[in-house]
This record gives sequence, structure tokens and C-alpha cells, in this order.
Amino acid sequence: MAVRDIVLYPDDRLKTVCDPVETFDAELRDFVRDLLETCETGPGAVGIAAPQVGLLKRVCIVDATKARRPVPNHGRRVLVNPEITAWEGFAVGREGCLSIPDYTGNVIRAEKIRLKAFDLEGKPLEFEMEGYEARIAQHELDHLDGVLFLDRLVSRSADLFRRKVR
Amino acid sequence: MTENANNGWKLLTLVGPDRAGIVAEVSRVLFGAGAALGEASMMRLGGVFTIMLMVRMPESVVDLKGLLESVRNEFKLRVHVDEVSAGLHRHVDPDVQITVHGADRAGIVSEVTGALALAGLNILNLRSDVAGSREKPIYIMTIEGVAQQGIEALEQAVSRLSPDMRVTLSPIDIVRG
Repeated sequence: MAVRDIVLYPDDRLKTVCDPVETFDAELRDFVRDLLETCETGPGAVGIAAPQVGLLKRVCIVDATKARRPVPNHGRRVLVNPEITAWEGFAVGREGCLSIPDYTGNVIRAEKIRLKAFDLEGKPLEFEMEGYEARIAQHELDHLDGVLFLDRLVSRSADLFRRKVR
Repeated sequence: MTENANNGWKLLTLVGPDRAGIVAEVSRVLFGAGAALGEASMMRLGGVFTIMLMVRMPESVVDLKGLLESVRNEFKLRVHVDEVSAGLHRHVDPDVQITVHGADRAGIVSEVTGALALAGLNILNLRSDVAGSREKPIYIMTIEGVAQQGIEALEQAVSRLSPDMRVTLSPIDIVRG
């Protein structure tokens, strides 16, 4: 087990569309063990994606159990080849990134999502996520497509509308 | 960007009639003289151009105000320079956001910020506007800050504010991933 170095912006690896995982093997499990440990040690981290430690594969971690205040969640989740299949509503919220220290900004995300993925053994998973957890998932899945929250910043005055739009 | 030991950042304030091209011209002159810019905030306040920006000059330039003399004349700007111990990489994460709105009247800022300060709020950002019509002006303020005594303390303070203002307090839960 090892904590890996975080790839810091600017870096082309953070702009790259990652490849799907083809084989669910020991190498993948070892990598995910490192990714989990790296996420644990990242200051305030509630998720991490493989390209943030330099592996351009579609693997990420979503961990809403680490939220400062308790939120609905599905536990600490390793997501392989995740895919969002449905979106509902939108909300403005504050995001930061392990790869972009010392900055946070407002981003619009779907309020609820349906997400499909595989676990480490290749077993299919499906979740309905909302709020904070859904935001983490959208932030991490963006990483797998080479998109950063900086690419989605909205003005601070959008704060006025951060409450759910009904 | 690395910072030298004695820091070297100055805080430059420019105020004047608003027109297009001020920022472009000021930054062109500063860049031409070898200056580095740090964090900056520009706003129109009451239709007037205002900007505050962190500037670090090369040692060859001792007179920042003098350097801006031609821009000052061209754009009718007031120029103010502070030697302060500003530095980069000092962002603090806010954990609460407060919005206030109501019919405009004297004393709103004083009442709201006074109560919030007593309840432990450290303000990081504040923006306020008077809008609406001339006959019925409305006051709108957004604040971001750190609830040093917790959000409950702020909620209690807000509940005791004058009822003519709508005050919304919401936690900022940062997703860092």
C-alpha cells in the first residue's frame, strides 16, 4: 500500500479522456488500494479519480461518509467504468479539488443522478444519488472525461440561486 | 509563482469614472514595467469604476504611483498604494453563506453584521447592492464567511434580527475531490 503523489494542475493528464477498465485483476485491486489510501490522506477529500494520481483509467472513489455534516450516502464506493444514466434538477454548490489546491468555486450540478458502474470484481452496481453525494460523483466522473470544476465555474452571484430550483 | 522573503506585494486601489479599457491599460503598463499581479477584485460601485489588486514590482521600480501617472491622467483615476503584508496562497474556505434582502433603509448592514460578528462570524466576502426602483429601493447583500462558533450560533442571531429583512443562512459544504 502506498499514498501516491497527486497530479497537480496544469497537467495534460487532467485533460485526458480516460480508457475503460478491461480486466478486473489483482493489478486493479492494488491500484484501488493505493487510491483509497491517497484519498484518505488528501486534506478534506471526499473523492478522488484515477487520473489524479496519473492512471488514465475509468476508476474513481466517491465517499460521502466524509462529509462534514451527515448526508444521505451509499458508503465509501469504488466505481469502475461509471456512467450517469439519468439527471434531475440542478443546484449550485461549492467545489474544490485535490489537484487544484487553495481554490474553491461554485459549480452547477444535477441534484439527483442515477449511476451505473462496476465494483472491483466486475459486478454491476446501480445507485440513485442526491445532493452532496451526487455532486461528488459528478465531480469525479468529470475527471474521467478530462474535465475539471474550473471548466464549469459559475459566478459567485449565482450563490443567490444555490437553493434547489423547483 | 514563488514569493521572495520580504514578500513585496503592494495593494493598489484605483477609483474613477467607469469606461471601457481601464483594466486593459493599467495591466498593460504594469506588465510592461515587469510587475506581477496577484489577486484582484474589480467592481462598479454606484456606477464608478473600482479595483483593488495585488501588485509586485521588480526592484528597479520604486515608484508605483509614478509609473501609473499617464494612466491616471488618461482615465481620471484616483490612485492609492498600500505597502501591506499581503501574500498569495492564503485562501480560507467559507463554511456559511448569508443572503439578506429587504426594503432599503439605513442601518441594515450595521444590524446584520453586528449580530453576526457577536455570534462568531468572520466575513470573507461581502457584496451588497441597492436595486429596485427609485421609489421602492431594495437592499440585497450576500456574505460568505467562517462560522467560528458554529452555524447554530449564527442561526440564533439571525432569528433575532428585525423582521423587515429576509435573511437566509445556508452552510457551504465543499466537495473536494
